[in-house]
Amino acid sequence: MTEMSVNKRAAILSFILLFAGLLLWEAVIPAQKAAGELTEYERLTGGGAQKAGVPPPSQVLEKAWEQLSNPFYDAGPNDKGIGIQIGYSIYRVLAGYVLAALIAIPLGFLIGMSPVAYKALNPFIQVLRPISPLAWMPLALFIIQDSEASAIFVIFICSIWPMLINTAFGVAGVRKDWVNVARTHELGALRTAFTVILPAAAPTIVTGMRISIGIAWLVIVAAEMLVGGTGIGYYVWNEWNNLDLTSVIFSILMIGVVGMALDAMFGVLQRFVVYSE
Amino acid sequence: MTTPFLSVERLSQRYPDGEGGTTTIFENASFGIERGEFVVILGHSGCGKSTIMNILAGLAEASEGVVIMDGKEVSGPSLDRGVVFQNYSLLPWLSALKNVTFAVAARYPDWSKDQVLSHSKKHLEMVGLSADVFNRKPSQLSGGMRQRVSIARAFSISPKLLLLDEPFGALDALTRGTIQDELLKVWAGTNQTVFMITHDIDEAILLADRILLMSNGPYARVAESVEITIPRPRNRIEIVEHPNYYAIRNHLVQFLGKRSKELAGPTDAAENRPVTVRIDKTAPAAPSPKKLAV
Ligand SMILES: Nc1ncnc2c1ncn2[C@@H]1O[C@H](COP(=O)(O)OP(=O)(O)OP(=O)(O)O)[C@@H](O)[C@H]1O
Ligand SMILES: [Mg+2]
Repeated sequence: MTEMSVNKRAAILSFILLFAGLLLWEAVIPAQKAAGELTEYERLTGGGAQKAGVPPPSQVLEKAWEQLSNPFYDAGPNDKGIGIQIGYSIYRVLAGYVLAALIAIPLGFLIGMSPVAYKALNPFIQVLRPISPLAWMPLALFIIQDSEASAIFVIFICSIWPMLINTAFGVAGVRKDWVNVARTHELGALRTAFTVILPAAAPTIVTGMRISIGIAWLVIVAAEMLVGGTGIGYYVWNEWNNLDLTSVIFSILMIGVVGMALDAMFGVLQRFVVYSE
Repeated sequence: MTTPFLSVERLSQRYPDGEGGTTTIFENASFGIERGEFVVILGHSGCGKSTIMNILAGLAEASEGVVIMDGKEVSGPSLDRGVVFQNYSLLPWLSALKNVTFAVAARYPDWSKDQVLSHSKKHLEMVGLSADVFNRKPSQLSGGMRQRVSIARAFSISPKLLLLDEPFGALDALTRGTIQDELLKVWAGTNQTVFMITHDIDEAILLADRILLMSNGPYARVAESVEITIPRPRNRIEIVEHPNYYAIRNHLVQFLGKRSKELAGPTDAAENRPVTVRIDKTAPAAPSPKKLAV
């Protein structure tokens, strides 16, 4: 047999692991009792939920098929398709994220270019950065008085730091020789910023953007559990309250898939701006 | 005395020495460069060559003294003074061609895209690069090719003064040789004034009209100005057979080996001008030995 490429072998191994994992999962779950067969007592003590709760993968797959074949149905506030819920979440993430980028990148540029601005703003950044984004939630709800906008604000506040810090760091670290090339060619401040400093710092900036979108996606789930109404986070919580663990597991998987897709987008962008010296 | 094209007047550079005092790198250095001249500066590491060059480029400011070029005082960098740094002077995210068009477009903002492009390509071809490497990024080029691109970029904007800081310092001897030839060829076609730093004595003799010798720092001085009395066009192989070659070379080796140390230290002179040294074994007045003992 000829040597297979590493990629091929890895892909085969991945499939084997997936298959074995699903098989194991299926095997260890005892046949599920339908909810109707539970006694009143079992239902009240929650005993039934524990035993009957964890569904086998076949059921999750079935659920996935059912949900994904009609992702955008809308049957009232508590019954929307998974596509709609994810759509709400993505909308909130992007809104907060874009706002954050619009502020973080220019501000990061300024901080990176000016040692004074860096020193002056650094203490604020260091204090604000480690605050859990969800800790802002009560304050946001009180001040903004709107759950939707509060969720967006939380995304904004959590995604701003990695972008701000990476932009400042990338801009401050631009090799002096490159800046000198711009200076000896009499480029104005704006031309220098766009044709030399931005491309030089772009890989670091995009890394910050990639970290931010990852954090934003982590945070939106929690934020939506708090504010409720719509979104994938709310969906997970709602299905948990309905004791529909099949849907919970399915939506957990969907959260992973969407997160991966968002990250992959920035992976592509990163490949586009990267350079080697 | 007529003022030369570039006139460096009583230039001093001092830095804080980290203990509250100051270190003087060089003091009251004065020298001139004529239009179209190729001047090379030689001196030990740390004597302040790059510092002088950065001041000439307008990238750094001297503690005291002025540089006057073409009747105007140098303040800040300008397209009139092109610089080739030892490393990293190419922008790594741009292709070889874009690195040159970047400069050409900055120099000639009124030119059309096509004009910029053909002018840039012409200069890349002049330094011996073929069209198949135009679209490569610097990281995909050899060290020699990268420096060729830097040189093409510098010549493409025809600066009044071209500053080269050890442009071939990172190259192996063979590549160095071929690029020196390229540089000579490109330079011969222009009337470009060049000021270059090097550590390589043979390179200096091959390229220069005049070599400035610096004594060791601190308080370094541009002590001598050695005329290279070897006619052009020169070529690496034949130049060594010229009667003046080893005489000049020995003088330079002597200076760098011994006298640069002896001359070190402060002087009382208000102005330190280099002494002109002319070594010419072919001149009729000189007691000319037919063959030079090597
Ligand atoms: N910003 C600075 N602060 C303090 N000292 C400095 C500074 N820049 C340069 N120097 C000192 O000035 C001296 C001259 O430096 P310079 O780079 O001009 O030397 P050079 O002749 O170009 O050496 P080389 O041949 O190694 O490139 C050195 O002793 C260096 O330590
Ligand atoms: Mg130097």
